[in-house]
Amino acid sequence: MFEDLSGKLEQAFKSVTGQARLSDVNVAETVREIRRALLDADVNYDVARSITAAVKEKALGQGVLASVTPGQQFTKIVYDELVSVLGDEKEDIQFASTPPTVILIAGLQGSGKTTFTAKLAKFLKSQGRNPLLAAADVYRPAAVDQLRTLGDSIEVPVYSIKEKDAVRTAKEALAEAKKNAHDTLIIDTAGRMHVDEVMMSEVAEIKSVVKPNEVLFVVDAMTGQDAVFTAREFDKQIDFNGVVLTKLDGDTRGGAAISIKSVVNKPIKFVSTGEGVDSISAFYPDRMAQRILGMGDVVSLVEKAQEQYDEVQARKLQAKISSNAFNFEDFYGQLQQIKKMGSMRDLIGMIPGMSKQLGDVEIDDDSLKPIEAMINSMTIQERRNPQLINGSRRKRIATGSGTSVREVNDLLKQFNQMKKMMKTMTKMNKMGRAMEGLKNLAGRQRLH
Amino acid sequence: MSLFNKLGFGKKEKLHDGLEKTRSGFLEKMGKALVGKDKVDDEVLDDLEEVLITSDVGVKTTLEVIRRIEARVAKDKYLNSKELQGILQEEIAQLLKENDEERPAAFDAKLTHKPHIILVVGVNGVGKTTTIGKLAHLYKLAGKNVMLGAGDTFRAGAVEQLKIWSERAGVPIIQQGQGADPAAVAFDTVSSAKSREADVVLVDTAGRLHNRKALMDELAKIKRVMGKVVDQAPHEVLLVLDASTGQNAMQQAKAFSEVVDVTGLALTKLDGTAKGGIVIAISNEISVPVKYIGIGEKIEDLHVFDRNSFVEALFSKNH
Ligand SMILES: Nc1nc2c(ncn2[C@@H]2O[C@H](COP(=O)(O)OP(=O)(O)OP(=O)(O)O)[C@@H](O)[C@H]2O)c(=O)[nH]1
Ligand SMILES: Nc1nc2c(ncn2[C@@H]2O[C@H](COP(=O)(O)OP(=O)(O)OP(=O)(O)O)[C@@H](O)[C@H]2O)c(=O)[nH]1
Ligand SMILES: [Mg+2]
Ligand SMILES: [Mg+2]
Repeated sequence: MFEDLSGKLEQAFKSVTGQARLSDVNVAETVREIRRALLDADVNYDVARSITAAVKEKALGQGVLASVTPGQQFTKIVYDELVSVLGDEKEDIQFASTPPTVILIAGLQGSGKTTFTAKLAKFLKSQGRNPLLAAADVYRPAAVDQLRTLGDSIEVPVYSIKEKDAVRTAKEALAEAKKNAHDTLIIDTAGRMHVDEVMMSEVAEIKSVVKPNEVLFVVDAMTGQDAVFTAREFDKQIDFNGVVLTKLDGDTRGGAAISIKSVVNKPIKFVSTGEGVDSISAFYPDRMAQRILGMGDVVSLVEKAQEQYDEVQARKLQAKISSNAFNFEDFYGQLQQIKKMGSMRDLIGMIPGMSKQLGDVEIDDDSLKPIEAMINSMTIQERRNPQLINGSRRKRIATGSGTSVREVNDLLKQFNQMKKMMKTMTKMNKMGRAMEGLKNLAGRQRLH
Repeated sequence: MSLFNKLGFGKKEKLHDGLEKTRSGFLEKMGKALVGKDKVDDEVLDDLEEVLITSDVGVKTTLEVIRRIEARVAKDKYLNSKELQGILQEEIAQLLKENDEERPAAFDAKLTHKPHIILVVGVNGVGKTTTIGKLAHLYKLAGKNVMLGAGDTFRAGAVEQLKIWSERAGVPIIQQGQGADPAAVAFDTVSSAKSREADVVLVDTAGRLHNRKALMDELAKIKRVMGKVVDQAPHEVLLVLDASTGQNAMQQAKAFSEVVDVTGLALTKLDGTAKGGIVIAISNEISVPVKYIGIGEKIEDLHVFDRNSFVEALFSKNH
C-alpha cells in the first residue's frame, strides 16, 4: 500500500552517491525525500519545512551507526522529531473540583463531534460518572435525533429544547445537570466553518456562558493542508485545551496531527477509531509518528544501535581547525571515534574528492592500522606540532611503526591537505555560504 | 558520516518565516517574473509549488504541473503575464476531466434514462446526505420528478436527516427505517421510481471508510440490486469528497471506483479555506469529472463545477 519511508530514503542514498553514508550530498537528497513523505502524509507545507530543517541539523551532527543503514538511521531521526513535536505526555480530561464538569465539543462539519460526544459519555460512564448530554446543534437536520439515538444506546440522558437556540440549550442543560446531580455535562455543538463569523461567535458565547472545564476540538484525521488554519482559528475563538483526532480507522497517514500540534501546541487527548460508541482511545505519539512515516520496526532497530557522539568534542575540534591548531593528536582521537562508529570509508570520506576517487574499492578497517601505528610512533611533541617531523624523524617513525618512509611521507602530505581543506570549509561555513559543489543545499528545499 | 559534517560544516536550513503568508497576487508576480523569458526561475517555481501543495494538490501532481509549465515556457516564450496565467490555468484544467454526455451536470438537461438513477457514496461525514438534498432541490427546480432513497440505514438519525431534506426539497422519499437492509431499500426505491415514472432518483448510502472490506462489499451489492430493476442502473455513481481532506482522498477515490465504478465527483465544503486540490489528481488518475461543488449547508449551496473558476480559486488570496 504505502511505500515505507526508510525504503525511500535508502533509494535516495543510493541514487545520489552510490554508497550509503550520511554526508551533505545525500543528506540534501534525503531531506527532500523526507519532505515529500511528510507532504504525502498531509503534514502542512511550512510545518514539513521546519521539521526537515530540524532533522537535517540533527542528522549532520550524528555519527553513522555501523549496524543500521543510513536510511534506517535517518528514519529514526525523523521519527524522533515527530514524536517530540507530538509530545509524549498523556493528558486527561480536566475534571471540576465541584461538579458538574462541563465539556464542550466543537469542530468543523462532519468531523465526528456527535459520535464522539456519545463515546466520551460512555467512556466516562464506565469510570463511574453520571453524564448528561446537551444537544446544542440546532441547525443540522436531525442532529438532535442523532444524539438522542446515541444517548439511548448508551443509556445516557440527552437534554434538548424546542427552540433553535444553542446558547440557551447549553445554559439550561447546565442547570439541568446541577438539578439532577449529573457530575458531567457534555455539550455537542453544530459543525461550523472557522471562517463563519456568526457561528464562531456562537460557540464562543456558549463557552463564556457555561464556562467549560474542558474544550475539545474534534478534527478529522484525513484533513489535509487546511488543518493549520482551522485549528488556529478555533483556538483563537474558543482556546480549546485538547484535540480529538477522528476516523483513524481509515488508512490516512494523519499528518494533520503534526500540523495542528505544531501550530496550536495543544495535546491530542483522544482518538476515535470507528463509528461504534466504544471506538475511543488515548493518544500515543509514538504510534502516530510511526503511522505518519509508514514504518515498521526501524525505530527499535536504530534505538538498539544508537550511540552517543560527543558534541562537545566536535566543537573543540572545530575551534582547533579554525585556528590552524589541528594536529595528529586530534586526528588520532578522531580515528578512534570513527572506528567506534563507522568504517574506514567514513574516514576517507572526510577528505573531499577522496571517496569519489576510490570509487567502489573496498577498504577494510585494517587499512587504518598502519596510520595508527605511525601516529603511535610519533612523540607527543611531533603529534602536537607535525611541522617538526623532518627527514630523520620520518625514518624513525617508519621503523617504529613497521612502515616505509614513503608511507610516512604520504600520511604527512595527506594530513596537510586535509587540514587546509578543513580550514577552508570552516571559513566558508562561518561565512554562511553554501558548500561549493554540493547540490540541493542552496537556499530553500525544493521538490522540483 | 563525514568528519566535516560532524564538525558542523552542514549548512543550516533557513527557516521559513512563519505560516502567515498569503498567496495573493501570485499570478501577477509569476507573470512579471516571466515576461520575455524562456525559462521560469526557481523562485517562481517555488511559489507555484507552495500554492499547489498548500491547496492539497499533492506532490506528484505539483511536480507534473511544474514540469509542464517549464516545458511550455521553453517552447512558447509567452509575452505577458496574462498569457502565462492562461497557460498555467490551461495546464491544470487539462487534468480535470470533462463531463460525458450521458451524465450532464446541468439540471435541466435531457437524460437518456428514465428513471435516471444516481447512487451517492463516500466516506463518513463528507456531505452525502446534504448533497442529495441540494441536488433534489435543483433537479426539482429544473422541472424533474425527483425521488429519494434512504439507503443509510446504519447511522443514528440518518433516515430522519434525509427525510427532512426531502421535505425541504418537496420530493418523495422511500425509507424502511434504521437497521433495514440497505440493498432492500435501494431495490424498493428503484422499483417505485420505475412504477411512478420518476425522472431522477437519488439514493443515499451510509458513510463508509474505503478500507472496510465488508462495507465496500455491501455497497457493491446495493449497486447490483439496482441494476436488476432498471437497466444499467445506477446510471451515475457520485463520489462525495470533502474539500478539507488531504491526500487520502486519492485512496478513497481509487477504492470506491474499484468497487462501484464512480462516474463523477462532488466536492463539498468549499466555503471554508480548503481548496480541495486533490481532485485534480483524482480526476486525472481515475478519469472522472468533478460535477458539483458544495459551498454551504443551505439547500441552494451547490454549484455545477466550473474548471476555470476552480483553478482560479487555487491562486486566489486565501487565509
Ligand atoms: N469510521 C469512522 N467514522 C466515524 C468516526 N467518528 C465519526 N464517524 C462517522 O462520521 C460521520 C460524521 O460523524 P458525526 O458524529 O455525525 O459528525 P459531527 O461532527 O457531529 O457532524 P456535524 O454535526 O454535521 O458537524 C458519521 O457517519 C459517523 O458515524 C470514526 O472515528 N471512524
Ligand atoms: N459548510 C459546509 N457544510 C457542509 C457542506 N456539505 C455538507 N455539509 C455539512 O457537513 C456535515 C455532514 O454532512 P452529511 O450530509 O450528513 O454528510 P454524510 O456524508 O451524509 O455523512 P454520513 O452519512 O454520516 O457519512 C453536516 O453538518 C452538513 O451540514 C458544504 O458544502 N459546506
Ligand atoms: Mg453533529
Ligand atoms: Mg449521510
